[in-house]
Amino acid sequence: MASKEAYITGVGQSEVGVRLERHPLLLTMDAANQAIEAAGLTKDQIDGVFTYPGKSAGYLGFSPVGSEDLMEAMGIRAGWYAGSGEIPAQLAAIGAAAMAVKQGLCRHAICFRTVYEAAAMARPEEYAPLRRDKVEGWSQWTNPFWAFSAGCWIGQYANRHMHQYGMTREQLAQVALNAHRNAQLNPNARAISKKELTMDEYMESRMITTPFCLWDCDRYSDCSTAIIVSAGDALDEVSCPPVRIAAMSGSVERWSWDQVDWVAAYDAGPDLWKDTDYTVKDVDTVQFYDGFAFLPITWLEGLGFCGKGEGGQFIEGGTRIGLNGDLPMNTFGGQLGAGRLHGFGFAHEAALQLQGRAGERQINDAKVAVATSGGGPLAAALLLAQD
Amino acid sequence: MNPPRPIPKLDTLNRPFWTGGAQGKLNITLCGDCGEYTHPPLPLCRHCQSENVAPHAVPGTGEVDTFTINYQPWAKGLEVPLVIARVRLDDVPGVYLTTNIVNCAVEDVHFDDKVRVTFEEQGEIYYPLFEKVN
Repeated sequence: MASKEAYITGVGQSEVGVRLERHPLLLTMDAANQAIEAAGLTKDQIDGVFTYPGKSAGYLGFSPVGSEDLMEAMGIRAGWYAGSGEIPAQLAAIGAAAMAVKQGLCRHAICFRTVYEAAAMARPEEYAPLRRDKVEGWSQWTNPFWAFSAGCWIGQYANRHMHQYGMTREQLAQVALNAHRNAQLNPNARAISKKELTMDEYMESRMITTPFCLWDCDRYSDCSTAIIVSAGDALDEVSCPPVRIAAMSGSVERWSWDQVDWVAAYDAGPDLWKDTDYTVKDVDTVQFYDGFAFLPITWLEGLGFCGKGEGGQFIEGGTRIGLNGDLPMNTFGGQLGAGRLHGFGFAHEAALQLQGRAGERQINDAKVAVATSGGGPLAAALLLAQD
Repeated sequence: MNPPRPIPKLDTLNRPFWTGGAQGKLNITLCGDCGEYTHPPLPLCRHCQSENVAPHAVPGTGEVDTFTINYQPWAKGLEVPLVIARVRLDDVPGVYLTTNIVNCAVEDVHFDDKVRVTFEEQGEIYYPLFEKVN
């Protein structure tokens, strides 16, 4: 039966580590079981499975578990399932689940993202590394010039932002400083961030690719994050506070890492507000993809929290985006402070905050949150509301 | 001594771009109908969808649109720092190339610097790198 609304209900996360021994399918089960329990459901009630980007056979550490693996392991009979990278960005898997429950294809869909890049690097015989000596597809336009990392691509957009609008390294640093400050209150971030980061440590650290120093780049980690999306007419089956997916967006002007003038946050950002009465003024907290420190700046500007070019000033000093600020950002530590969970950590945290389950880092009276994922031509945004 | 650059897998569409340097040519796909360029190359024009497209030698000059000074040795033995740049090509509106700026110190690269192509040969591939025009 079709349903008017879709809700995030239970969320879960496995241990977050670096070079974990635990099998990635077991990490996925850990996250999934936690999410099912948090929702007050049983596994027999799960009838949809969605993941990003699906099992990545050529580079298994990037995505070692597909939707079909979880269905097999858990015995899920799915009314619909999907695992795809050809979708606006990581969180678009949650968007796909929302569409499926609204259509009535499933009632409770589990969405997950499992990453195993740190463990894979440590065990290359078991998890073949990404081949970089021969390139095809879009990477042929970047890799031959040693632009291997997305940091080299996004760094160029960041440098131009600094050149055009005057953003300083001290302003940019607030993304990482805020991340490590918040991570200290997140038990799941212990393996990634040991202590707060100071401006001196930031400024003295080694450069990776300008303007990104070591602290501006997220760190490979091993983890699974799971999020259950439930149909509006199935809420009587759950026992947690449901979080409504009030809007979502994932538009992109052109899928390219180097032929476009700006990253896709500037396309998907404005579209998030097209079909909702909420505005930026209603948002209590933002969880913005920070695989590289510049990306939250693009989301702040793209979504309209400030004007284009004003993101550096917006976060200057860090007070505004701090836990006690006007717009607490990446309250769990983001990927810079809590590991490269690859997008799903942002939706996980937004749901926890809106459910009042964020522990020591809980912000007061959180009703509306934005979670985003992506950089470059990847962009997906979710507007979540406790209404 | 730098390690070998990653090697693009050649096909009918990308061969003119990656091997044009053998004749000193920087080839970009041009539409014979609407006169617009399509890059990366496709078997049709991305502007008007005409199939009347062919590689066209462009001037090979341009400007530094943006860049990053890369310090991380992504491959064993890679000499760093090096400049990774996005060059906007003269007379090829809307087309950018990710490339390296070579033959100068990394601190001498600036936004909007005028640059020209210089090819680096490795096997059958001619990598279009750029150097500053003085």
